[in-house]
Amino acid sequence: MSARANGSMRGGPPGWRGMLLRATLAAGLAWAGMAVAGEGGRTPQPQLVIESAEACIAPPAEMRRKHPQLLAQQKKLTVREGVRGAGATLAGCISCHASRDNGSVIGTDRNFCQSCHSFVAVRLDCFDCHQPAPARHGERATPAPITPLAGGEGAR
Amino acid sequence: MSGHEPVSTAGRRGFLAAAAATLAGVLVAPGIRLIEVAGARAPGEPATSRVRWGMLIDTTRCRADCNACVLACERENGLEPAGGAGVDARQRPQWVRKIELKEVATGRTASLPMMCQHCAQPPCVDVCPTGASFKRADGIVLVDRHICIGCRYCMMACPYKARSFVHAPLRDQHPDVPRGVGCVEACTLCVQRVDRGLAPACVDACAAAGHGAILFGDLNDPDSAIARRLREVASTQVRADLRLDTGVRYQGI
Repeated sequence: MSARANGSMRGGPPGWRGMLLRATLAAGLAWAGMAVAGEGGRTPQPQLVIESAEACIAPPAEMRRKHPQLLAQQKKLTVREGVRGAGATLAGCISCHASRDNGSVIGTDRNFCQSCHSFVAVRLDCFDCHQPAPARHGERATPAPITPLAGGEGAR
Repeated sequence: MSGHEPVSTAGRRGFLAAAAATLAGVLVAPGIRLIEVAGARAPGEPATSRVRWGMLIDTTRCRADCNACVLACERENGLEPAGGAGVDARQRPQWVRKIELKEVATGRTASLPMMCQHCAQPPCVDVCPTGASFKRADGIVLVDRHICIGCRYCMMACPYKARSFVHAPLRDQHPDVPRGVGCVEACTLCVQRVDRGLAPACVDACAAAGHGAILFGDLNDPDSAIARRLREVASTQVRADLRLDTGVRYQGI
């Protein structure tokens, strides 16, 4: 028997008074929430600038909630199994969301990754190793000459 | 009889041509091919154990005064000491190094690049307490930096002294070669290039320097240049007595 069923047995089924009280409470909380957290409310909001906000791989609500799982899954697939160019890649996030001001997703509290992470005080250590700026073509000073492999053989 | 049916013959011929074209990479089911095409994999496709990447290094063509492979490796993987200020030069990460061998009795010398040998039975993987050291399906031995705790057991276990530890925080890493402080790292066989269907940077640099001493390819494919050469010439696995079945083989030592 679940805890909830036990509770309702102990307190008896809620009557119309209880229901009215709950409805009033819920409405009051919702109003208070809007006043506190909404636009112009007294709770601070992360001030982030989202470059390319329209073309994400999933709706914003889903990305906000699930991006750690998506990235964790991808890092396992890519590093350990060698899957490339599929799913949610950190490089993909960075290429769309790097700021036009400093070309990065971190740096100031208005940058895409840093704004929310510093707001919720979740340490962001991806960029201890990963490059927070998008890959630029010809970035490497002297690129090694590239020879395509034909049938699995190297340069001869 | 065949002369009376030109249309049907052409049709049959067309069918045979189409069948031959399909055979070039026969698709049994999505993602499963009868004949594995080496090189770049399709997006979303994992590395497969049908391929085993390896190298054959011809020490008779390797020059003692050349370190093009070392420089190319540093350039490709961003090993320049950016952000590594204050680190002793001996502790700088190095994924490939040139070494000289001298046979004492005869005085004969040989020069060769030494790096991770991408063993089939890697001791670094055996000793890793977190599972960060691992061997990918296609034989490339890697460090998963997400779970490396920097204990350096693998550096002790490696008979080739192939691994390095990053002692100082880094910046300006290359986007496709993430690396950071507190992790062990080693030659990745330029996995970021191999996955795009390219040869490792040292292989190209050696060819560009005019030596062509490094041959890279699929050891499992009997028709690959490296497998053919391994059939023709005598090759050596360094410390073959340890029976690690290295993916990097040497010729002329």
